[in-house]
Amino acid sequence: MWYYEKKLQYPVKVTECNPRLAKYLVEQYGGADGELSAALRYLNQRYTIPDKVIGLLTDIGTEEFAHLEMIATMIYKLTKDATPEQMKEAGLGAHFANHDHALFYNNAAGTPWTATYIAAKGDPIADLYEDIAAEEKARATYQWIINMSDDPCLNDSLKFLREREVVHSQRFREAVEILKFERDRKQYF
Amino acid sequence: MNKAPKADRYELMEKIQVVDFALVELTLYLDTHPQDSQAIQQFNQLAVESRDLKNVYEQHFGPLRQYGASFSGYPWNWKDGPWPWQL
Amino acid sequence: MYTPVKCYQPYYSPFDPCPPRTPICYATPPNLYLGFQQPNLPQYSLKEALYKGTLWPSLYDPYPLEGGGYREQSTEG
Repeated sequence: MWYYEKKLQYPVKVTECNPRLAKYLVEQYGGADGELSAALRYLNQRYTIPDKVIGLLTDIGTEEFAHLEMIATMIYKLTKDATPEQMKEAGLGAHFANHDHALFYNNAAGTPWTATYIAAKGDPIADLYEDIAAEEKARATYQWIINMSDDPCLNDSLKFLREREVVHSQRFREAVEILKFERDRKQYF
Repeated sequence: MNKAPKADRYELMEKIQVVDFALVELTLYLDTHPQDSQAIQQFNQLAVESRDLKNVYEQHFGPLRQYGASFSGYPWNWKDGPWPWQL
Repeated sequence: MYTPVKCYQPYYSPFDPCPPRTPICYATPPNLYLGFQQPNLPQYSLKEALYKGTLWPSLYDPYPLEGGGYREQSTEG
């Protein structure tokens, strides 16, 4: 089971009400390479992966939920007090018509989240390569959002999230090495 | 208005975030380096530090951790805000 | 040693309608080069680690690069 903690992994501060940025950020909320996809992908794969890397998938998957909460916090703060007029100007008119200020799991173009974003092939190497690719794609998405954002406080948190993708990719690459070479076999033989 | 404890909240929370982040990093590292005894020692030290910092925070601002990992005051104060995304 | 960015120059045709945004650069983060992380690598102070997003300088990948290493996007911010 999981325990909730009333704490963000990293402080999230937003300089100004800016629903347009929220519209882009939602890509990392309900998009193909977003944090929801990441969390569900890793936590689902762990049932059919060698025991040696189950811990890693569990821990990275759990961290992704902390990142999802950070993205939600950004979107929440960027849109919290926006008027319907501001939402409309930001290109969130269609979102507002359906959801008001509620968050929803869709990508920046409004396509709802779908389980087809998640791969689970049941082959450890295929799945770990999928995970490495997912981390690199999420890193790239953070870059494109940072490029469009002029909010220095928000960018600080986005750079943290981008760096986490780099570290996760590193660990998944190590997981592949472990499965390739039985690196920790000393423990068992 | 009593503003002093509010300033403290962010400061204390930052200290917790600092220690807990190192614990996350070490956790992922140890998942692929289970024999690194020095990293395990650092992990265990930081786990104590994190627990102590959270106990201090909770005395001022209420429980951080769910389902009995933190104690409740009276009346029941787990459900009290502000929540992390509101802070 | 590695560099965190690589750049290339796409062919520019005299008939291309937009002015060229050259060079085009892409990230090559340290996870591509580090291999299996060695034990006892130098660490950031705990506070710096949080704000860098990693405990180890050898895994830190700054973005965007200071000095605009990633074309015009970084001159704006």
